[in-house]
Amino acid sequence: MITISDLCVSYDGEQVLHGISASFPEGKISAVIGPNGCGKSTTLRSLVRMVPHMSGTLMLDGQDLSVLSPHALARRIAYLPQSRNVPDITVERLVLHGRFPYLSFPRRYRREDWEKVNEALEWVGLGDLRERKMEHLSGGQRQKAYFAMALAQDTDVILMDEPTTFLDIKNQFELLDQARRLADAGKTVIMILHDFESVLHYADHVVLLLDGSVLTAGTAEHVLRSEQLRRAFDVTPCFYETPDGIHCYVKPERV
Amino acid sequence: MTTSKNSSTGSKRIVPMLCAAAFMLAAALLNICLGASSVTLPQLWRALLSGPGPSAAARILWYVRLPRTAACLLAGSGLAVSGAVIQKVLANNLASPGIIGINAGAGLAVAACCAAGVYAAWAVAGTAFFGAIAATFLVVIVARKSNASRTTVVLGGVAVTACLNAVTETIVTMVPDAALASVDFRVGGFSSVNHARLLPAAILILAGIAVILLLTNELDVLSLGDDTAHALGLKVASMRNLMLTLAALLAGASVSFAGILGFVGLIVPHMARRMIGNESGKLIPFCALLGGGFVTICDLAARLIFAPFELPTGILMSFLGGPFFIWLLLKRKEKQP
Repeated sequence: MITISDLCVSYDGEQVLHGISASFPEGKISAVIGPNGCGKSTTLRSLVRMVPHMSGTLMLDGQDLSVLSPHALARRIAYLPQSRNVPDITVERLVLHGRFPYLSFPRRYRREDWEKVNEALEWVGLGDLRERKMEHLSGGQRQKAYFAMALAQDTDVILMDEPTTFLDIKNQFELLDQARRLADAGKTVIMILHDFESVLHYADHVVLLLDGSVLTAGTAEHVLRSEQLRRAFDVTPCFYETPDGIHCYVKPERV
Repeated sequence: MTTSKNSSTGSKRIVPMLCAAAFMLAAALLNICLGASSVTLPQLWRALLSGPGPSAAARILWYVRLPRTAACLLAGSGLAVSGAVIQKVLANNLASPGIIGINAGAGLAVAACCAAGVYAAWAVAGTAFFGAIAATFLVVIVARKSNASRTTVVLGGVAVTACLNAVTETIVTMVPDAALASVDFRVGGFSSVNHARLLPAAILILAGIAVILLLTNELDVLSLGDDTAHALGLKVASMRNLMLTLAALLAGASVSFAGILGFVGLIVPHMARRMIGNESGKLIPFCALLGGGFVTICDLAARLIFAPFELPTGILMSFLGGPFFIWLLLKRKEKQP
């Protein structure tokens, strides 16, 4: 369980987060939603101390995150940034660096590190491509390689900043299904999503941000049906039911 | 079954590594034995055992050939490893020790030293080293003030280099003697190497390479990009500055006795990457071997081709290395159209 209380962050003197308070339960997928520039990425990045916060506390299972060393923090929380370059490296080597936070003297990866790598590669289904270079993979395969790296990191919490962007529809569902399996295995999964339909189907818990503040939080259906959602995005989602559940679509507003 | 795969990628790399080691050893032996007066291998062995004794052959070996060969190996290894580190840290294939101000700083320091009327070899070497280090610190400080991203380091390096070069040109215009005295340094070569100039630089270079070999995983993680590296628990800005400092020490120490050999730090890492791949744990030692061997062979050719005249090694290096690298580029193109 991750608990953020009263988090304030500013860039170059301009405050971008105004006292965010939210909690993310373990064993669940939490989605952070909100319009562009509302502070979703900044919230995730401050959890891994990528941006310094002015005030507020970040707790993981009752422990203050700010007292952890960078390596200790990386053993608790994995973070997949939104934009990643394509490094000149093989898949298995990339995944192996997920074990970097565990590296100790004599600074060589050990057998158990390789075992984690093998598990992670099997888990995402990239076992056959392990010796390929990242540059020779498709976008979906690259995303899986990074996902495997986060798995090899063996953390309780996985943060993903817009993991489905740039993926085709099949790969999007595959990734979200994998996230579901992780949550079912007891991990805390927090991701930034834009697609309401994916939020409705995959997120157990949703936090809606606007202009650096939390508008509302709760179950996906509660948040998507709320008045605050209309305020944040300036659209009105419509809901309809089919035999396999509730669906949501948004039609463009006529100006 | 899966664990055996891990070692297989390792063993595939052993052959090129052994080849590079053999290449460096052969280059060193040739450079020691061939020259205006040739030495056979048995003679070399006897001279090594006897020390710098009364025989002419032994004296040539101990006072000329051995220091010169050691200088080639050290400068080649130092510059190649420095270049590989800088290219990794800045994620820029056009980066080389020159881009963090090494050459401009050393050039300015030597020009100023000569302009002040100090021509002693140890003084030139010392000022060159400290000039190179000072220029790099200037670049790192400029970059640090503006968040130490890769781009600011490169841009800071370009700006600092331009300023320093302007000062150097001013000095050599005002004091023509300084231009004449520093020309050896600016072209780069090994004709004036001796033990005293070499020893401090040798210690720095060997220690620097040893430290970098301990940090190869950090180097690889750093090259995954700032966000990913940070998420894996690496202190990105301090590690990048540490790496740049180590690279500056290596290149500065090499430049202090060899002069400005611009080519090695840029091209040898590229050659190495094409032969052994981009993984630092293998790339760095391979660069050290290849760079040392390459500079040594070039120095041998520089001494032999127009004997009894001697070309500056720096010039010959570009003659040999340029076409070889173009050949490597073309060969790669054929393989994957």
